[in-house]
Amino acid sequence: MREVCRISPDSILPDRDGVLGHTGMAPRAEPAAGVARLVERAVELLGRHARPVAVFEEIAPSEFAQVLEGEGSNVSPNPIEAIHPRAERTGLFALTLGREVQDEIGALFETGEFPLGYLLDAAASAAAGRFARVVVARFLEAVVARGAAAPDRTALDYSPGYCGWHVTGQRRLFERLGPGEIGISLGESCLMDPLKSVSGAILVGPAEIHRIEAAYSCCAACSDHHCRERAGRPVALRPS
Amino acid sequence: MDLLREIASSLETGDDERAAERTRAALAAGVAPRVVLDEGLVRGMEAVGARFKAHEIFLPDVLLAAKAMIAGVEILKPLLEGEGMPSRGKVVIGTVKGDLHDIGKNLVGVLLRGAGFDVVDLGRDVPPERFVEAAEREGARVIGMSALLTTTMPAMARVVGLVRERGLGGSVRTIVGGAPVSADFAREIGADDYGYDAANAVERVAALVAR
Ligand code: B1M
Repeated sequence: MREVCRISPDSILPDRDGVLGHTGMAPRAEPAAGVARLVERAVELLGRHARPVAVFEEIAPSEFAQVLEGEGSNVSPNPIEAIHPRAERTGLFALTLGREVQDEIGALFETGEFPLGYLLDAAASAAAGRFARVVVARFLEAVVARGAAAPDRTALDYSPGYCGWHVTGQRRLFERLGPGEIGISLGESCLMDPLKSVSGAILVGPAEIHRIEAAYSCCAACSDHHCRERAGRPVALRPS
Repeated sequence: MDLLREIASSLETGDDERAAERTRAALAAGVAPRVVLDEGLVRGMEAVGARFKAHEIFLPDVLLAAKAMIAGVEILKPLLEGEGMPSRGKVVIGTVKGDLHDIGKNLVGVLLRGAGFDVVDLGRDVPPERFVEAAEREGARVIGMSALLTTTMPAMARVVGLVRERGLGGSVRTIVGGAPVSADFAREIGADDYGYDAANAVERVAALVAR
């Protein structure tokens, strides 16, 4: 099963807290009036310039094990090694907001409108995260619709560069998935172009498979402090 | 004087139109351009910097203040032509080879300019030699490098190595930053400093220039 999905930017536009969360601002802190106005403009610009498109494909668990192995640079043990053998369905995905939004951010910086450019960048980062959740839900819907997973199953995305999966793991992922079809390319340094892009795997199974209980060495070096909380609320078709 | 206080406060509220308008008003009232700069704009920016450091305001507020500062400075520039815009030194910045992400680097550039540094921005995907050649050509005191992924961080070590190879270590300092970069990494590669965010980068560059 392989699908390309294009969605309206409106469905992934972040709210004010979502944007400001990407600027290091404390959650629910009240921004100055000027900042609040700019956030609104940034979200409006994002709606105009984002072209969200994703591709996902189901792959066999044995194949996923090879993709995950990457170039042998993963931190081991890592949480994904523990989760994926318990997954019932496995997919790969790549998504992007497209080049136009990145060009707009660049143009704003060039014309001296850097506060707005920065907030558009933060809004786009937040939207990319929201888009990932949409893609995960689409994948889950697709496997459930064809009876390959029970409707009470849950899904979560895992990306190279996180959870001990080395960022160079993207090379194998790209070889297998081929997201050139939706305009994403992977550079020599494993940077995706366009910048507002995400690559990863989707693992489907009972909610408990996503829970990260052990303390892994890769967690100590990671700047993402929300992953355990995220693991507690995987994407589900039915509210639990 | 009220006008100077108003200029400073327009930076604190991030109002670039008011900053420009009050700067013009101060000049029309006969205040010397240098005084408008030091006691209006620079003072306002210092107050903003202090509030940011105290976590009372955040990066978007600082950027709005920097935009207001630039609006005022643009008016003063031609008037300060004789004595020249005071510069705290030249800094060459860029995103290292293999890296296309430049928002972090751009923010560092904006705040460095706002703090009175001359900034030569080499853009992104900058090969090590270009950093060093630009620093030599421009007589820069500092090379600032930014990276988004661990895979591009080794390019920072190459720049630091080249600075040494060319015997520039005494005159050109290096500073690194970006999401995956750390103070430990900076030490490991022999960079002179590390900045954890754009405002901190300005402080660190100021310290490097003062050494
Ligand atoms: C000269 O002196 C100096 C001094 C200070 C300097 C400086 C120079 N340069 C910068 N600074 C400093 O000042 C600036 C302003 O304060 C700051 O600049 P930054 O550029 O860091 O800050 C920006 C203005 C805002 N910050 C950012 O844009 C990055 C924030 C974090 C959370 C982040 C985000 C938001 C995103 N990401 Co991702 N992302 C992370 C980041 C983790 C983190 N907490 O930093 C990081 C960078 N990402 C990572 C990864 C792995 C990835 N991301 C990806 C995707 C994304 C999103 C699209 C969802 C989104 C936007 C990406 C983008 N940058 O446009 C992928 C890559 C994207 C690509 N194009 O290739 C992907 C590869 C994941 C995947 N497989 O899809 C990690 C890199 C790890 C590594 N091994 O290199 C990461 C560190 C998260 C982690 N795991 O901890 C400071 O660093």
